[in-house]
Amino acid sequence: MAAPETRALPARRLELMMPDLKPALTEAQARAEASRCLYCNDAPCIAACPTAINIPEFIRKIDSGNYRGSARTILDANILGYSCALVCPVEVLCVGACVYNHQDRPPIQIGLLQRFATERAYEKGTRFFEKGAPTGKRVALVGAGPASLACAHELTRLGHEAVCLEARQLPGGLNTTGCAPYKIRSETALLEVDYIKGIGFEVRTGVEVGGNVTLAELEKTYDAIFLGVGLGPDSRLGLPGENLRGVLGACDLIERIKNRETVPEVEAAREAVVVGGGNTAIDIARELARLGLHVTQLYRRGPTEMGAYAHEQTYARKEGVEFRYWEQPVAYVAGKQGPEKERVRSVQCVKMAQTGAGRQPEPVRGSEHELPADLVAVATGQEKLVSQLRTIAGIKFGADGRIEVEPSTCATGNSRYWAGGDCANGGKEVVNAAAEGKRAARAIDAAFKAALRRAPGAGARGA
Amino acid sequence: MVDLSTNCAGIRSPNPFWLASGPPSNTGDQVSRAFDAGWGGAVWKTIGVPIQNVTSRYGSIDYGGKRVVGFNNIELISDRSIDVNLKEIKDVKRRFPNHAVVSSLMVETKEEWKSLIERCEEVGVDGHELNFGCPHGMCERGMGSAVGQEPEVLAEITSWAKAYAKKPVLVKLTPNIGDIVEPGRAAVKGGADGLSLINTIKSLMGVDLDKMVPLPVVGTRSTNGGYCGPAVKPIALHMVAALARDPVARKLPISGIGGVSNWRDAAEFIALGSSSVQVCTAVMHYGFRIVEDMIEGLSTYMEEKGFKRLDDLVGRAVPAFVEWGELDLHYKIIASIDRDKCIGCELCYIACWDGAHQCIEKGKLGPAVIENGHALPQVKVPRILEDHCTGCNLCSLVCPVDGCITMKRVDDGKNPVTWNELVAKTQLIKAH
Repeated sequence: MAAPETRALPARRLELMMPDLKPALTEAQARAEASRCLYCNDAPCIAACPTAINIPEFIRKIDSGNYRGSARTILDANILGYSCALVCPVEVLCVGACVYNHQDRPPIQIGLLQRFATERAYEKGTRFFEKGAPTGKRVALVGAGPASLACAHELTRLGHEAVCLEARQLPGGLNTTGCAPYKIRSETALLEVDYIKGIGFEVRTGVEVGGNVTLAELEKTYDAIFLGVGLGPDSRLGLPGENLRGVLGACDLIERIKNRETVPEVEAAREAVVVGGGNTAIDIARELARLGLHVTQLYRRGPTEMGAYAHEQTYARKEGVEFRYWEQPVAYVAGKQGPEKERVRSVQCVKMAQTGAGRQPEPVRGSEHELPADLVAVATGQEKLVSQLRTIAGIKFGADGRIEVEPSTCATGNSRYWAGGDCANGGKEVVNAAAEGKRAARAIDAAFKAALRRAPGAGARGA
Repeated sequence: MVDLSTNCAGIRSPNPFWLASGPPSNTGDQVSRAFDAGWGGAVWKTIGVPIQNVTSRYGSIDYGGKRVVGFNNIELISDRSIDVNLKEIKDVKRRFPNHAVVSSLMVETKEEWKSLIERCEEVGVDGHELNFGCPHGMCERGMGSAVGQEPEVLAEITSWAKAYAKKPVLVKLTPNIGDIVEPGRAAVKGGADGLSLINTIKSLMGVDLDKMVPLPVVGTRSTNGGYCGPAVKPIALHMVAALARDPVARKLPISGIGGVSNWRDAAEFIALGSSSVQVCTAVMHYGFRIVEDMIEGLSTYMEEKGFKRLDDLVGRAVPAFVEWGELDLHYKIIASIDRDKCIGCELCYIACWDGAHQCIEKGKLGPAVIENGHALPQVKVPRILEDHCTGCNLCSLVCPVDGCITMKRVDDGKNPVTWNELVAKTQLIKAH
């Protein structure tokens, strides 16, 4: 059954041209892989998982044919266990921690096994969790990305009423709009949202907090507010030519590839230049390479300083992405005549050099050169979505703009606000957001209970 | 080159590898192909009054992704006529005069035994094996294990066979008894030339949880069958060794059977007193071709150990097989973990903590080692509490890394003492 939201997706999308990077395991493959697991005690893979899924246990259940129980173990720890199975950088998390790595044997393919168990449960529509006995408490969640969904699900299990308010037309956050299509497709992300909210909480899309509803209104109606707003639009470097057609922010471009029927900028392009060295930069570089473009990735430092995961760099190289280290753009140059004057045709670059340890790299004089480009994806970070949140009393922001939270509870400086996901951690993985959302839910629940203990006569009360 | 040829109870074959009586030795065509592949002998599928079989007939246990770790069957003896079997035996013997063909027999009356033995010898068999072992079907008709479980009856029928046979007579024993030595001695009493064991173990393979019928399923019912395959080897080895060291039974040569799948299994049976080994399940699983590795592996092993002839290996490990009371109580070993090999799975820790003697402590992480901004994965190496370690060996058995946990000797190697010696000393003191 398709999630209602998937109707909002065009049937044709560029993302559909990118097949699964790691195809699903067949049952026979899953059983064979599961049987290899050593069932370690106090396993390092669990410690490496931000949501602490009991990995050896769920794998043992696949081995015994208890697939339903396997999915329950996964989703009990992390309700986004399905999308995490698809998008997690397992190479540096669970799989990277597998003890077989120390024995020079192939580590257990935990992500693929997790996909096997959860996908099966999804296909069968198996539900594991129920709404808790109603407490009368109401929580508003700003955003409907992984952090908010995990938080809302846990709150619902605990008996609280949760409502996610999403400014976009589609819920799911980066799973829907940002994760690489060869890992997860937007309709898969929407199916998961549908499954998660099936426990019985509401997701309202097209509701912009600070726009058609104000924080003051939310504070009046709800007992607690969770901020899971994510990050803002792509940062700009302020270079000449940034507004030319064909120069796009990487997140913006990825969202178009994932959600729109056509992306003319991509379809007309042959030579793409990606600016940046993080995981978003690698993602868009790989996506464009997979769509048939020649991709050059510029990074102003060397390969070891690159923020992107080493395995992602390796894959990108194999897929034909050309890396140019110690280079950065100085201007985007348009064509000479007619409509070409509006379009990017090349990138003016300069070589960079480090003048001393720990110093920022600096341009090398006289090293300017031009790279042909009819598409530029700028992946130099995202702005923080802080403007309206600045008005909330007590909430503090770090120098980099992220909301400061107490790590074990996700509590902010305002006792009615909690925050998790990218807006609080600065931009991490889906699995981090899921962990933080759940942690926040537990903390919100504890706060409600503590309040009840302080005022025993008050009892539970709806607003 | 080592000499693998053997003489087991007067039955000679170019190597000790024989097909056990069963489906692989059902026809002349199969036995011929087996000999072409390298098998030294074959015990023909049991001949008797033809029976009617059911379907299905087999069940198996899979473990850890491996098929047929244990196997069982409810198949009966040959369903082909005695005439057809004898004609094919004759053909095989003509083509393979130097290979051993042993007739496995199971009939009821004295007259039937006489007739069948004489007819088998007419077609040139090298020996007979009296099937006193099958624990399913035939025993309900007073044959197979019904005989093997009654030492008196076993001795008597053996003596009949010996009276009619000119060729050697092996008695095939059932493991479905309290003490294997009893039927072994009965075979001696009956005049047998040798023993073959074990036959299959009475078993029920499992239950079809949808149909609520045990396995293997025959329509809406099932029955107990005979268990064999790799899983039964330890039981078979014990029974072979128990007979090989018994003062009475040890005069009889042994053809070892039970879970032999490769040369190493075979070498173990031989070291415990078998002068030939019989194989069935592994052939049913993989075919006759497995004998190539068996011959090559056993030859290489014997060459490396300096054994020139098979007889040099037969029974070599028997003297070391003693009663518990003869073990050295002062022999002390403790576990030792190789830190460089440990992968941090903690299976030794949990096994010792929950399942043994609480002598292993969880490992601790050392200070983080950072490389390229990432902490390198560390191994939490568990710690053996050496003063408490009982030397039970469980940790080294569950450790998935070869050579990571070894057992170190910690006693001085002097003054061994056994329980029996202690008891004798106590009695001596009491007597004074």
